[in-house]
Amino acid sequence: MNVVFWICAPLMVLGGLGLILFRKAVYSALSLALTMVCLAALYASLEASFLFAIQIIVYTGAVLMLFLFVLMMVGVDTPDSIVETIKGQRILAAVGALGLLGLMIFSIGGAVTAPSIGMDGATVAAGGNVQGVAQLLFGRYVWVFELTSALLITAAVGAMILAHAQRTKPKLGQRAQAEQRMKAYADRGDHPGSLPNSGVYATGNSIATPALLPDGSLAEASISTTLAERGAQVDSTRLRELTAEAFADAQRVRNEEDEEL
Amino acid sequence: MIDQYLYLAVILFVIGAIGVMVRRNALVAFMSVELMLNAANLALVAFAWHHASFDGQVATFFVMVVAAAEVVVGLAIIVSIYKTRRSTSVDNANLLNQ
Repeated sequence: MNVVFWICAPLMVLGGLGLILFRKAVYSALSLALTMVCLAALYASLEASFLFAIQIIVYTGAVLMLFLFVLMMVGVDTPDSIVETIKGQRILAAVGALGLLGLMIFSIGGAVTAPSIGMDGATVAAGGNVQGVAQLLFGRYVWVFELTSALLITAAVGAMILAHAQRTKPKLGQRAQAEQRMKAYADRGDHPGSLPNSGVYATGNSIATPALLPDGSLAEASISTTLAERGAQVDSTRLRELTAEAFADAQRVRNEEDEEL
Repeated sequence: MIDQYLYLAVILFVIGAIGVMVRRNALVAFMSVELMLNAANLALVAFAWHHASFDGQVATFFVMVVAAAEVVVGLAIIVSIYKTRRSTSVDNANLLNQ
């Protein structure tokens, strides 16, 4: 038990320090995971096997993964600003933390004098750790247990309402879209059908190559506006020259073959 | 024997308190709160072991349930703030101040 404590305690303090010192939030979350796992080991050494499992399943499994999901969602590479917005906040925080530490250390030191009993007797009397916890949970604390179910349901519904995004404009149906398209045709003469394909050339047919109109000019609608704005559009005139060269070569070879015959 | 567990719980609690006071990222501040809750849990389990009673363990169980509910709602709030303000810094949530 002592061995477990002296292995886990320094790791837990290190994890805690990592939580507040790492600039990147993902490293903080992983440090917290280390602390949680070590805490689970301490629970096991304190003969709380049920809590040992729950700690790993609920904290490292669910809560921290939820934290990591949200971290990935809000962007992992947004480090904290180091600028102090409140003047002297760090110093005040350090003084406050030292005060808290001193207060609690001195209130704990020597407060517990009686020797510890250990869980052995209680566990044997209850027939096991899980049985002992269950007897209390479904006995003396059953009403609290019922209330926690209400709490969990409320939390789940609340989270769903908070995460729900209200639609700012109504969703367009197929009929509304078709009507819009025909109206654009009537008002501005926009072509109501599908947009033209991208160009197909001898050396390339990607979506970045614009198609050519019969008069040789570029068909603007054949390439996505996003690509055009990004500057990813390929120069079609160059591709056309290549294509023309390829055709010319093919024609020359064919002519030579015709002459040989 | 139980003293060492209590001292560890105190140290973790104070580290969590520092994190809440110093860090700006709402998620890290939130994780520090979790660390404080876990420090209290450690003290509860240590006292349960000291007194050979299961009450401390049951209390820890309830703390975990409440913490899970708290995480769900808190993270939903952080996500909804991020959706509207594109930031998770606690300093930027000052709309009522302006």
